[in-house]
Amino acid sequence: MARNDFQGSLDLLVLKTLAQRGKLHGYGIVLHIQRASEELLQVEEGSLYPALHRMEQSKWISSEWALTETNRKAKYYKLTAAGRKQLQEAEESFEQLVRGVRAMLKYA
Amino acid sequence: MPLLRRIANLFSRSRVDREIKAEIEAHIDLRIEDNIAAGMSPEEARRAALLRFGNPTAARELVASADLALSLESIWFDLRYAARQLRRSLGFTITAVVTLALAIGANTVVFSILNAFLLRPLNVPQAQSLYGIWRTSTNDMAQSYPDYLDLRDRNRRFESLVAYNIALAGLDTGQDPSRSWIEETSGNYFDALGLQPYLGRVFHGSDERGPDSAPYIVLTHAFWHSHFQDDRGVIGRVVRLNKHPFTIIGVAPPEFHGTLSFFNPDLFVPIVNHPIFADDDFNSRSNRWVFMTMGHLKAGVSQAQAVADLNSIGASLARTYPKDDSDMTFTLARPSLYGDYVGRPVRMFMTGLMLLAGMILLAACANLGGLFAARAADRSREIALRLALGSSRRRILRGLFAEAVLIGLAGGAVGLLGSVVLLHGLSTWQPVSRWPLHMSVDPDASVYAVSLLLALASGLLFGAVPVTQVLRTNPYEIVKAGATGTKPGRFGLRLIVRDVLLVVQIAICSVLVTSSIVAMRGLARSLHNNFGFDLQNTLLVETDLDMAGYKGDGVPPEQKRMIDAVKTIPRVKFVAMADQVPLGDTQPDSNVFTDTTSDLRPANAAADALMFKVSPEYFHAAGTALLSGRAFTDQDNKDNSYVAVVNREFARRIFGSIPRAMGSYFKIPGGKRVQVVGVAEDGKYASLTEDPKPAMFLPLQQWPSNSGYLVVRSVGDPNQLGFAIRSRLRQLDSAMPAYIQTRYKSLDAFLLGPRMATLSLGVLGAMGAMLSITGIFGMAAYSVSKRLRELGIRVALGAQRKELLQAALGRAVKLLTIGSVTGLILGILASRVLAFVVSQATPRDPLVLAGVVLVMSILGLLATWIPAQRALSVDPVKLLREE
Repeated sequence: MARNDFQGSLDLLVLKTLAQRGKLHGYGIVLHIQRASEELLQVEEGSLYPALHRMEQSKWISSEWALTETNRKAKYYKLTAAGRKQLQEAEESFEQLVRGVRAMLKYA
Repeated sequence: MPLLRRIANLFSRSRVDREIKAEIEAHIDLRIEDNIAAGMSPEEARRAALLRFGNPTAARELVASADLALSLESIWFDLRYAARQLRRSLGFTITAVVTLALAIGANTVVFSILNAFLLRPLNVPQAQSLYGIWRTSTNDMAQSYPDYLDLRDRNRRFESLVAYNIALAGLDTGQDPSRSWIEETSGNYFDALGLQPYLGRVFHGSDERGPDSAPYIVLTHAFWHSHFQDDRGVIGRVVRLNKHPFTIIGVAPPEFHGTLSFFNPDLFVPIVNHPIFADDDFNSRSNRWVFMTMGHLKAGVSQAQAVADLNSIGASLARTYPKDDSDMTFTLARPSLYGDYVGRPVRMFMTGLMLLAGMILLAACANLGGLFAARAADRSREIALRLALGSSRRRILRGLFAEAVLIGLAGGAVGLLGSVVLLHGLSTWQPVSRWPLHMSVDPDASVYAVSLLLALASGLLFGAVPVTQVLRTNPYEIVKAGATGTKPGRFGLRLIVRDVLLVVQIAICSVLVTSSIVAMRGLARSLHNNFGFDLQNTLLVETDLDMAGYKGDGVPPEQKRMIDAVKTIPRVKFVAMADQVPLGDTQPDSNVFTDTTSDLRPANAAADALMFKVSPEYFHAAGTALLSGRAFTDQDNKDNSYVAVVNREFARRIFGSIPRAMGSYFKIPGGKRVQVVGVAEDGKYASLTEDPKPAMFLPLQQWPSNSGYLVVRSVGDPNQLGFAIRSRLRQLDSAMPAYIQTRYKSLDAFLLGPRMATLSLGVLGAMGAMLSITGIFGMAAYSVSKRLRELGIRVALGAQRKELLQAALGRAVKLLTIGSVTGLILGILASRVLAFVVSQATPRDPLVLAGVVLVMSILGLLATWIPAQRALSVDPVKLLREE
């Protein structure tokens, strides 16, 4: 199981999650990343919230308080237009990184 | 998070904290629910959730620090912490704030004056294209009226040329005839300047139809306010100027007070009425009585093009009128300060003053920097401890800067407040009551901006001084070794530079203190001078029979009636008439010749003597003592031979001695022989600092004059006589304007220079003193705190108070002494220069020496008091235990 506390990729994961699922609270994001990565990625929960607040400061996501299915109050986040753009950029640069690393590994 | 909410968060950290906490708790609770759903027991589920999440408190802090709102709040915390620190050392804070307030206040005042006179354009539309026409051959802006008309009609580069002249007129509104300063302006004046009336209408070029054709008055807003109480019904009223009816047709806009920035006229009349106010010939090209011509350049016209155009007109005029208009070449000049005539000295003076003020601010910053360095050194242990506990250097520096900026802002605010009060005083101040001289220097937005900028900049400047000190702090070394752990090498060098700076400051301060004491003593003494007349119990009543419409032969009987009327007032002892008085507005003079001279060319004159034409009782009324002979009588009139009373200097120069002068004759231009019947004491005539000058008094009855001063000597306080005199004169002629002032007051114009010099020296001296105090204080405080341990050891070894003080403050006192003595010597040398401005200014005066020594000692005492107390209260046991 790969630990992922590399900030750029945490942002990417969060943004992608919100893009796929719309409105979600922090706990939901953790669960989604875990499930969608087939249990390969596990977000360190203590560092998720600073990242969420930082992204909110950057206006990539917005937040509001709402009730969960179990009638519990939680803070829900969703993507903004700026966040969508940021996601696209982050995806592209991640693709590049992956291509680069792969090319390196193939080099004999 | 919107900005407003972010700012609101500043004041509600607890609310934001609560929200973060709730969010994290919700997360953990959700996990617990899932865990329970997965089959765990509640306690197990909770434990697992917490384990999975990590430390919630740490997470909370991390989230909080991610919030920009909270980092804004931490600046707020820094400021609050800084304010608390400053409150704890109140002496330091007050010293720093007062120093900075003085320095910033000085800069604000100087900048505001500079701004009002040099930077701010005139209050007319498109002031940047408004130029006056400067005549290079005569080096002024005066023109004859026909020349103005030619320039106006023939030039192609100005939109339209206006002309104006300044005159004094008797204004009779039906109740209180008074003298008014008027501007006679060409008809196109308001239109050409682009001014709309505030009330009523203005006159136009089309109103001018030859001499005396447009008897209209446009009031300035200020005059309308002060003399007509903002009465809107004033339009259409007929008032009299020099006894001629004029109709008030309008009020000028409030911000407009003429095109000279320091001279505020009362009202405007069309220039075609000029013959009512003076005997100038409208058609003469040699009589250049028009004060100034000016106009807006047409759009796109360069100055050079305008000058070329004017010069070609000038050349053509010179060909047509070779006698009067030879050498007509022009340049352009700004009208507001009469070109360079007033502009250059004002510019030079203000630039010099601004530089000086800037230097004062820099010196203040240097001193405050020293104080801050001392403070940082004092707190090096605290700083080291905070560093050791994990605080970042940035955070500590931010705290120090917060203190500096707070002091900067407080000093700026106090300084600005003080200068606004001062500037407002200056704006309403009329330095010479007779003339409408005003300095409209009320601060505007740019002044506020500049002083805020100065406050912030100086805060950051002196806040930056201790930066390297903090950056180089090694917490380990300091906590181990105590406060003395800074490296001595580079510091030693910097101390020497600081010492030199301090000595220079003290020397300058001492120069200023010396000169201001010299000036003050001189000023005080010059008021008890022998002026050759008596200042006590004397009134001057200025009248102008021109203004009341008297001419020629009508004048002497009217003057006689005036004297007789005033004489009947109780408590009036003597009344006399004089065409001019010593130390008055103008000092008429005339060449005099010895009786044996037959060729009365100016080159053969025996002397150039001042000449006053006076009525018989003048010498009693003025309080001028006769040393020999007699005063004039009513018999000294046109039917009898010419006589004169001369002063002692006249007698000595022309005749050799007083006895030889008595009864002798001298000649005046024109060849008349005048016999000396009396000799009066010498006096001051044209300036307070002049050497004895020859002067003669002639009987007014033999030499009639329209302008005249009534010299009234009273028993007791003359101030209450004004009303009676005014009403007597009014009974005589209801339109007779009279300007009454005490003889003391009449000297204001002469005392303006010395007073301003004394005042500015005093102000600068006070600032210099303040700077010296902070400078010495900073250095003494620093040296005491650096050597606290050494002092403790000295006390432990049995040092006495005296030795202790010597060790702690010896250096500061030495610097103070060197600086003071240097300054005193320089100040005494500089006082020779001062003697030109302030009469009787002599440094050879024990009081001056004693004063300087006293002031400098008090300064030294004030500055070293707190450090000395600190040095004396050293407790060796406590100190050594702490180490």
